[in-house]
Amino acid sequence: MPIDMNEVTFKVFRFDPEKDKKPHWQRYRVALRPGLSVLEGLLDILDHQDGSLAFRFSCRGAVCGICAMYIAGTPRLACRTQVAELKREEITIAPLPGLPIIKDLVVDMKPFFAKYEQIRPYFLADAVPGEKESLQTPQQRRALAEYIDCFLCGLCHAACPVAATDRRYLGPAALVKAYRFIADSRDGHTDARLALALGEDGLWRCHTIFNCVEVCPRGVDPTHAIQEMKRLAVWRRLAGKTRP
Amino acid sequence: MRYYPVLVIGGGLAGLSAAIEASSQVEVALLSQVHPLRSHSQAAQGGINAALANVPAGRSDDWEKHAFDTVKGSDYLADQDAVEIMAQEAPEAVYRLERWGAAFSRSAAGTLDQRPFGGAGFPRTCYAADRTGHVLMHTLYEQALRHRITVRSDWMVVSILVEEGRCQGVVALDITTGKLDAFLAEAVILATGGAGRLYQRTTNALICTGQPTALAYRAGVPLKDMEFIQFHPTSLYGSNILISEGARGEGGYLLNRLGERFMERYAREAMELAPRDIVARSIQTEIDEGRGFEGEYVHLDLRHLGRERILERLPGIYDIASHFGGVDAAVAPIPVQPAQHYTMGGIDTNADGEAALMGLLAAGECACVSVHGANRLGGNSLLETVVFGHRAGRRAATLAQGRGVGARAHIREADALVADGEARLKAISGEGPKQFPQIREEMARAMTEQVGIFRTRRGLLEAQAKLQELRERFRASSLRHIGRRFNVELVRALELDGMLDLAEVVAAGALARAESRGGHYRLDHRERDDQRWLRHTLASYTPRGPRLRHSEVRLTRWQPEARVY
Repeated sequence: MPIDMNEVTFKVFRFDPEKDKKPHWQRYRVALRPGLSVLEGLLDILDHQDGSLAFRFSCRGAVCGICAMYIAGTPRLACRTQVAELKREEITIAPLPGLPIIKDLVVDMKPFFAKYEQIRPYFLADAVPGEKESLQTPQQRRALAEYIDCFLCGLCHAACPVAATDRRYLGPAALVKAYRFIADSRDGHTDARLALALGEDGLWRCHTIFNCVEVCPRGVDPTHAIQEMKRLAVWRRLAGKTRP
Repeated sequence: MRYYPVLVIGGGLAGLSAAIEASSQVEVALLSQVHPLRSHSQAAQGGINAALANVPAGRSDDWEKHAFDTVKGSDYLADQDAVEIMAQEAPEAVYRLERWGAAFSRSAAGTLDQRPFGGAGFPRTCYAADRTGHVLMHTLYEQALRHRITVRSDWMVVSILVEEGRCQGVVALDITTGKLDAFLAEAVILATGGAGRLYQRTTNALICTGQPTALAYRAGVPLKDMEFIQFHPTSLYGSNILISEGARGEGGYLLNRLGERFMERYAREAMELAPRDIVARSIQTEIDEGRGFEGEYVHLDLRHLGRERILERLPGIYDIASHFGGVDAAVAPIPVQPAQHYTMGGIDTNADGEAALMGLLAAGECACVSVHGANRLGGNSLLETVVFGHRAGRRAATLAQGRGVGARAHIREADALVADGEARLKAISGEGPKQFPQIREEMARAMTEQVGIFRTRRGLLEAQAKLQELRERFRASSLRHIGRRFNVELVRALELDGMLDLAEVVAAGALARAESRGGHYRLDHRERDDQRWLRHTLASYTPRGPRLRHSEVRLTRWQPEARVY
């Protein structure tokens, strides 16, 4: 990218199922400024060029995970992606793959969240009247620290070649969530959680390709979580504890 | 048309708390403009206050000390009975979250660790590294799944149905399809957050517009103390993303261009951990008097904490500084400036969340109970959401029970309100000038410049004139895009409509209040004036602008005294 460039082109996927027969690409010129993120570029287009462009946004600071999309060939958060760092004159922006398109860059995340709900992602305990917190050492807490950081943006799922071809695969995000509970010293439902993660569409489908690790904006390592669960499952099987 | 006994609007911490609690008694549905996990609560970093006395330095802490710190922090404008409820119920609320799986950071003994926070006498703030909001959001969303609460995302409320002097439901826009629909309910809980986007510089998410608060206002519900806006001392220069108070709680310094720890001049004892209003004004004074960098910011220096401690305690801050500011916080100071952070005022409610309109409740940042008064302490906002969200949920469930036909008797009126909404959508799809984005930008600039950290009568009058001009331009303006399916421009125009109302209320309250108290600072009235102004502002809608009244501050055991840190 030439140093003196003060504009870039956003090549944006457009599709309105109500009136378009098929999707098309539309190019917009976006003025560069220091620190410009892809999300801010899209907001500039929305406010000053084309009010019909649809995309999702909320926190703009990489803490909510709403603006996951395909940017320059990689699943990324639009708010966390600096335009200058892409070093391209033309930036291709498309919706996350594998999900129904509502309009333009907006996809229906329900199938993604349905997989998450499949692993029953919740504690089964309640507060006990008159009792304080349950105890957990800093070391025990460290075992899940990385995995609680997942905010379910869906980037890892979009980057996973297995999830792309096998629509039933639980996928890295749901499996990380399953492991978050297993790794928690307070949970105590490891067998039941492993059983949910194991099934035909579960963790054995992971081919350790590591794409999920590369795209995670939170530094979470889904592959590691999946391998840990595989190890646990094998040892339990050998010890005769569970039958998948 | 749909019907639910209890309808919760907003999927952040207050809304989820309310929905979970109400669901133990009645069927509940929750509408949210974004998926609940994208709510602004997610961005809360520092922590949640409860006098647990878990750490050695906090052994003599108790709920009364928590309540006193909150009252003093509020510059004595908080209602003390509400503060007492919050401080008393805090431990129970935190234990509940922990038992539901919230991964709080731990002390060596395995109990919940507690860190020092601004304006607090003891380390009282429970936290999950610097991602407390994220951790609590996921915990409560998980429990909402467990309790099988109906959640509808991508719905935006556009009006409140009032019949027989009571809230009977809402009309909402299905953003995905662009269709309007009526939701009848025996009780509606607004839990829709603050209005940070009234300001150009704000730490708030792009969705924090306060638009539903404005709907309540238009429905005749008074808003309380809206002139009290919190400016956070440390937002990242440029994007104004929040840099947690936890960074100072962990020992970070504030430095000006001359390398001075300038807080010494403003709060000799508390230094960087003075309450937010004081630190924000101190930073702005340094910048205004030429001791900032590039006339825009000061430095937050964490280097002496060491990389290991920074990464252990403040991983999110480290990431934000590096990713959005291009700064490695372990080797360079972070450039920070004050930015709008919190809306202390809101829908006037009692301690069970009930607003003046029967059947309408509010909780969290959109409500004003009031526990924050003129200035909120860090760690009290998350607490407010879970304590008062829970209480509002319980009250709403009680109100909903035994109403018989209740709201369902008003199907015809609901249909009429949907038709009104359709007419309104048609009206802004006309041929007028396409000015909505410009109007929003001009409003936000006027609010930051003239209704910001430092206020004067003259500036406030100018802001009022500007807001009036913007309202007229808004009335004449139209959308560029009239398609209904996921029309973001339409959503933003509806938000702007509400924001212009709220901006007017903030400016009017700030102009009337001829004193300085907490987050409201008048350069032409620099002292607190308890004689005239130890009272709440109540603003009610009229077509000619807000009508202001006042109500008494409820004092229980603490008489106002000078606020020194």
